[in-house]
Formats: sequence, structure tokens, C-alpha cells
Amino acid sequence: MAALSLLTIEILTAVLGLALLAIGLLVPRTDRRGIGYVATAGLAGLLIVAFGMRDVSGVVLGGYVIDPFGTYFKILFLAAAILTAVCSFDYVERMGLNQGEYYALLVLATLGMMILASAGELISLYLGLELMTITFCILVAFHLSDARSAEAGLKYILLGAMSSAILLYGLSLAYGASGSTVIKQIGQVVAASGASPALILGTIFLLAGFAFKVTAVPFHMWSPDVYEGAPTPVTGFLSVASKAAGFAALVRVFFGALPDLHSFWVQLFMALAILTMVLGNLVAIPQTNIKRLLAYSSISQAGYLLLGVVSYSVLGIGAIMYYAMLYVFGNMGAFMAATAFYNNEGSDEIKDYAGLARRSPLVAAVMLFSMLSLAGIPPMAGFVGKFYLFTAIISRGYIWLAILAILMSMVSVYYYLMVARAMYLGNPPAGSQPVRVAPGLQVAMVVSLLVLFFLGIYPTPLTNYALNSAMTFFMP
Amino acid sequence: MSFPILTAIMLAPVVGLLLILVIPEREQLTIKITAAAATSVSLVLAILAYVLYNKGQGGLQFLQDIPWVPAFGINYSVGVDGMSLPLVLLTAIVIFTGVFASWDMTKRVKEFFIFLLMLVTGVFGVFISRDLFFFYLFFEVAVIPMYLLIGIWGSTRKEYAAMKLTLYLLVGSAFALIGIIATFLYAAQHLGQATFDIQTLATVKYDLGFQKMAFFLMLIGFGVLVPIWPLHLWSPDGHVAAPTAVSMLHAGVLMKLGAYGLIRAGVFLFPEGARYWAPLIAVLCIVNVVYGAMIAMVQKDLKFVIGYSSVSHMGYVLLGIAALNTLSLNGAVAQMFAHGIMTALFFALVGNVYHKAHTREIARFGGLAHQMPRVAAGFLIGGLASLGLPGLNNYVAEFLIFMGSFTRDQALLGGLLSFRILSILAISGIVITATYILRVVKNTFFGPRKPEWDHLEDAHGVEMVPVVVLIATLLLFGLLPSLQIDVINSGITPIVAKIEAAKAIGGIF
Repeated sequence: MAALSLLTIEILTAVLGLALLAIGLLVPRTDRRGIGYVATAGLAGLLIVAFGMRDVSGVVLGGYVIDPFGTYFKILFLAAAILTAVCSFDYVERMGLNQGEYYALLVLATLGMMILASAGELISLYLGLELMTITFCILVAFHLSDARSAEAGLKYILLGAMSSAILLYGLSLAYGASGSTVIKQIGQVVAASGASPALILGTIFLLAGFAFKVTAVPFHMWSPDVYEGAPTPVTGFLSVASKAAGFAALVRVFFGALPDLHSFWVQLFMALAILTMVLGNLVAIPQTNIKRLLAYSSISQAGYLLLGVVSYSVLGIGAIMYYAMLYVFGNMGAFMAATAFYNNEGSDEIKDYAGLARRSPLVAAVMLFSMLSLAGIPPMAGFVGKFYLFTAIISRGYIWLAILAILMSMVSVYYYLMVARAMYLGNPPAGSQPVRVAPGLQVAMVVSLLVLFFLGIYPTPLTNYALNSAMTFFMP
Repeated sequence: MSFPILTAIMLAPVVGLLLILVIPEREQLTIKITAAAATSVSLVLAILAYVLYNKGQGGLQFLQDIPWVPAFGINYSVGVDGMSLPLVLLTAIVIFTGVFASWDMTKRVKEFFIFLLMLVTGVFGVFISRDLFFFYLFFEVAVIPMYLLIGIWGSTRKEYAAMKLTLYLLVGSAFALIGIIATFLYAAQHLGQATFDIQTLATVKYDLGFQKMAFFLMLIGFGVLVPIWPLHLWSPDGHVAAPTAVSMLHAGVLMKLGAYGLIRAGVFLFPEGARYWAPLIAVLCIVNVVYGAMIAMVQKDLKFVIGYSSVSHMGYVLLGIAALNTLSLNGAVAQMFAHGIMTALFFALVGNVYHKAHTREIARFGGLAHQMPRVAAGFLIGGLASLGLPGLNNYVAEFLIFMGSFTRDQALLGGLLSFRILSILAISGIVITATYILRVVKNTFFGPRKPEWDHLEDAHGVEMVPVVVLIATLLLFGLLPSLQIDVINSGITPIVAKIEAAKAIGGIF
């Protein structure tokens, strides 16, 4: 039974999810706020367990890989889930529905991501993906009384199903061409017998399928509407964790199964990265809704992360991991601030943020510094992350690509500063009250702000951790 | 371990900032006193460092090294040499006087001083860093507080100016970042180890093609900040819109970051690249000098005059860099210092007038010397410094630059131009400077008394702190130039040695 102990994190997560579901049924409708606390505590406990298992590696049942790379991403998902749960307390209560199910779904989505990040075999990868996607469909449409939320849910189901189908088709082609569903064995077969046309076709389908999940242009169409309509904490979770999970699986499949084709797919990813960075950033400029703005900004962030894939190196993977982790705090910080504002004002329009710095210095500061981190301005952590990504691609000789990427991140400064302008330069509307923020959310915001500052000023611990994990991925 | 004096200079504003964070907003005076205390700690330590610096020994001193990100060879390493030390002192003086120049501030005082101290931390950091990664990091730290400072507390078209300035600086710095990363990777390949240490990077032999490219990236990146024509468009708008203390810091110190970066990360690392691009800089800097001065001549707003005069004066710094010899580089660094002090003085005085009169339109003033004799005297001294009157710091600097560039023997544009001609053109800039400065002094301060300004009070009390400190500095280094030049020279010598060692190659023209 030694193998099962490797699965501790996944098993405990499943137990937590099911337990929350059961508690939700047992507790009377009026007292369900506590479920959020239980969920948060449970997730925090899981985070500690995952951190304890960070150096464990092994293979379960031949196709499920536990390694530092996967565990790193599990820690990331748990951190994002905790922030999302804390963020949801008031928000879900405001929606007034099914709190037990909400947190259970949140935990189950996390489980799906974990399976995705650890899958060393195509079928379990697909299972993880579907578990994640389907739970997210429900979460996105959770705001039942809101038509936009329902619309978002529908869009996510339709486009999610289509992208899953495309991915599945790619997986089946890869299986057909190599005769195995285990990623490692596919890699060996490809190395031995070369690439068949079917496999190349499969590669393209896989690429398109993953591009959907990580919202790379031109496969991003679903995301702005879904992000805008979904409950704000869910949007935050969707934009950071499901994207990171997509990258984890993408790296596993492409670097594990198809390294011999890398000269082919690196070109494709480069095209995706360029389109994603340019379009994501330029379309973000005219947005007037904070959630849509953050949606486009998160599309553009996927473009930067793709640079790590393009560099095809240990450094690139390490940079993706580092960036993905602090992206959790940067983006969740912004979404927490947006949630805090929404809980008070019921608005997501940027113009309503006018004078926020006077009404709530904390919310405004969290929003400002989170956005600066997303833009890659020191001393925020985002700068270090981008620095690693740019170093990774320049070391491959793509100086022009780095120039483009940096110029695009300067474009992003513009639209982030437009929010800062409203918050700091604008005047609060007459008779406005100070913004009240629940203590739990305050703590979460301050923590994520401190993490951003700390990792920006002293990035060493996480850098070493990410690079070492990336290294084990290449040299198991 | 000895006392980390440079880190203390940089962290004193951070401590002040954190203290202000917990002081309630209504305690305005406490906030101001805290800011003044924090910056005076920096100033005292900077003076101490300046006095204790061993000129005979030269090189980098007050070293401190802490490994930061070993995987990338990033170290927190600080130290100053003869080139950065005067600029650290300059920053300390300007921010100290800047706090006093903002003593009248009543709007959102708490946030103002928080952002101001954040800004100055970044500036100190740039001048003391010996590690290119930290150099760039500090450089960028200074940008965003500037946006907010200009956007919230500025005047004339402040939001436009703030955004323009921010985008210019960030786009510029993007090029510098690429140059830095490319240098890092190139050096890592040749040294066999990853390092961002500037001294170590300077030992690498970069091939010519790389030097040309890297220096060009640095030229754009730091040139925007200098500002080199035609990348200067952000600067007059920014200066005019910024609140007094920020204008002082901005024109007084931030522009010097650009010139300093150009010498440190450009000329020092890529001497051959510098030689290649020097003619371009030389030609552009003459445009800076002459065009800047001519535009200054027709301005109607006092601050715009100073803003364009900064563009013009920074042209001399560029000329000093372009000529690439001991005299001219000495002069360039001295000019950075002298111009920083002088322009801070101007902005402090103009801020004082604006605060009381609520206008800066030259045509509306006249005879202000009757109501504000101290301000008028201060402005006149600043003006005389600006046109290079002997006895003031600027004269020393400009003299060295002209000497250096005049003696440089290099034909440009295939013999059509030479540094000699450029020097003569640059010296003619002084004549134009004299014209516009004296015109402003005459139209604003001299002439018959205008009764509409009788309510203006002369500068008094804490308002005099910037005036006295800045004028004293100008006089001190003007009358005793060796105090300054000996220090600078000890920092310039190794750079010139590198330039001399670089084999002679043809320039871009």
C-alpha cells in the first residue's frame, strides 16, 4: 500500500470536498456561513500536508506521477483556493444560496486541477480536466438570479465542451500514433520511430485544446464574458488556478511526450504567445468594467507564461512556475479588492472606483500594488517573474520577442494606471461612506500584499524551490 | 562588520515612510517633521560618507555584499566611487530641501510624503547599487510614486503629464532591461558563472557587434531619462505639472539617473560601443543645448522656462559624455551635480512664488523684488549659476566639459564637423541662456513695483531652508572646486582607462 500514501493530498482533498457536501446538507440553511470557515481551515491543513510532501516523488499505477513539479502546482492551487474561500464568505452569503455546495465545488475543482497537474497518462489527464471544467461550469453559473452569470455558465459549458473535445481528439491521435497513453512511453516511441503525420496532427489538436484552457489568443473568446458574468471570487479562481493547471498539464504533455517535435511546436507556441500578449493588452485598454479589464489582463498574462514554453529550457519551466505562483497572489489580490468593493457598492464599473483611496486606503493599495505586480513593476514580485521569463527567452536568442513582451507589459501599465487614476486621482462621490471590509478578507488581502512585496524584494526561496522542481522534472 | 552607511542612507526614508504610515492623517505637522527627520538622517550620513571617502585610494568604497538570488548571481551589493558619491550627496540635499519646500502642503499630506519617500528610496538605491539587477530594480521603483505624485498634487494638465512621463520612462527602461539581460547572458557564457556585478561584467571582452547593440539599447533606455533630444518630450510637461518637491527631485536628480546609467552601464561596460555611438550623442546634444535654450526663451510660464533650461543644460552633460575623455567626463559628472542643485533652487523659488501668487505667468509679474527680496536674490544667484558665472559650481563643470570636448580630436560626418565646432556651438548656448535667464529675472523681479502683488510675503522661516542650503552648496563647490573634482576624478580615471584601452574604431558617421 506504499503507493497510496503518495496520493495523500488527493485523497484528503476528495474527503474534504465530500465532507463539505455532507455538512452542507446537515446544517440548517441559516447557519451555513460556518461551512466557509471549515473549508478554509481544511484547505489550509491540506496546504501544510502538501508542503510536507514537496520532495516526495514516485509513480502510482504506472500513470500517475507524484513529483516536486506536480506538488509545487498543488501548493499553488491550494493557496489560490484558500484565498478564494476567504474571499467568498460575504459574497456567497450575499448571493444567499447553497453555501455548502459552493465550497464543496471549490474543493472538488481544486482536486481536478491536482489530478491534471500530476497526470502522467492521457486518460487520467482528461479525467482531471473534466472534473475541473464541470465543477467550474456550476460555479460560474452559481449566481442564479443574475442572467449574466447564467449566460456565462452556458458559454463556459459549450465552449469548454468543445475545447475538451478538441483536446480529446488530440489525445486519441497521440495514442493512435504511439500505441500508449502513458506520456513517458509516448515520448520513447516518438524518439525511437519519429513523428508520424497523425502525431503531428495530434500535436496541433493538443495545442489548440490547451490554448483554450490557458486562454491563449485566438482561443480566448470565452473568457471575457465568462469572467465578467461569474461570481467575482470564482472569476479570480478561474483566472489563476485553472490557468496554472492548464500550464502544468501542457508542460507535462509537450515536454514529456513530444520533446522530439519541439522545434515544430515551439514555433506554434511562439505565434500564440505573440498574439496573446498583443491582443490581450491592447483590448484591455478600452475596458470600463474591472472584471473585463482583469479578464483581458489575465489573457495577456497567459502570453507571458507561454514565453517560458517557447524558451524550451529548465529556466523557462522554472520561470513559468515562479510566475504562476505569484500570479496567484497578484491576480487574487486584485480580485479580492474588487470583491470587497462589490460587497459594498454592488458595482464593478471602474468609474465607480473614483476616490477609493480616500474611502478605503487598504482596498485601493491592494488593488494598486497587485496590478503593479501584474504589470511587472518592481519592487513587486511580478517584476522578478517577468525578469526570469525574459531571461529565459533572451538566452534562446529571441531578443526581438523579449522587446515585444516588455513593450507590451508597458502597455499594460497604462490600463492598470487608469484604475489607479480613478482610485487615487479621482474624487469620491458626495456623501460616500468609507468602504467596510470583513476582517477575514482584510487579513487575506494584507497577506497577499505582503507576499507580493516579500517575493519581489527577496525572491530567493521561491526561486530556488521553483528551479529545483523544474530541474527534477527534466532529470527524474 | 562596519556600519553599512550606504544601506542606512537608503533605508532612512523607508523607516520614515513606515512611521508616517501609522501616524494619523490629521497630525500634519508630525508627518512633516518625521519626513524631515528621515531625510536629514540621509543627508547627515551622505555628508559623512562624502567626507570619509578616501580620495587617494579611489575606487569603490563602503562596500557591502549580501548574496540575494544565488541561482542568478544576483547580490545585494552596494558601494560608491567618485562618480556616484557626489550624486548620492546631491540626492540627499535635494530631498532634504524638497521636504522643506513642501512645508505648506495641506492636501493629503500623509500620502504625499509616503510617495515622496518611496521615490527617493529608489533614487538612492540606483546610485549605490553595484549590481545591475538592483540598479534596474531601484530605477523602476522610482517611477510609479512619481505618477501618483504628479497626478494627485500637480498643476497644469497634471494627469496628461503624469501619464506621458510614466509611459516614456517605462518604455525607455524596457530597452535598458533588454540590454541588461543580454549583457548578463553574454557575460555568463564568457565567465562561466552568472553575475550581475558591474565590475565583473566590465572585465568581459564583448565583441564589437554586441557592444554596438548593447550600448544602443542603454542609450535609448537611459537617454529618455536624461532627456536626450528627441526623446525629451515628457520632461517639460512633467516638470511643470509636478508639485514643487517633485519638480526639484525630478529635474534635480532623476535626469541624472539617466546620465549616470549611461556612463555606468553604457560607457563603462561597452567602451567600443560608446565610441561608435559618441558622434550621434554629440550631434544630438547640441540640439539639446541650442534648441532647449531657444524654446526656453519664448516661454510664458516660469516653470516651463526652467523645464526647457534643464533640457538645455543636460545637453552639456551629454557633450561631456560624448567627448569621452578625462576632462569632459569629470565635467559631465560635476555638471550633473551643479545642475541638480541649481535647478532644485529654481523650482523651490518658483514653487514659493506660485504658492502665494497662484500664477506663474511671467507677464503678470514685475517688480517682485520689492515684495520678495529674498526670493529675488535667490533667483538671481540661480540664474547666474545657470549662465555659468565663475565662483559658482556650474562654471567649474561647464568649463571642464568645454575644455574636454574642445581638445577632442575626432572628425565627424567625414570631416564636415568636429568636436571643436560642436564645442563652439555649445558655448554659444551659454549666450542664449544668459538672454533668457536675464529676461526672466528682469520681467519678473525687477522693474516698477506692482501694487497687485503687495500682499505677497517674502520667503521666511522654514521656506528659507532650501534657499540657504542650495545656495551654500553652489558657492562651496564653486569656490573650492577641488573638494568636488578630486572625488569625481578618482571615479572617472578607471572609466577613461577602459576607453583608452578600447581599440580605435570608426564612429557611426
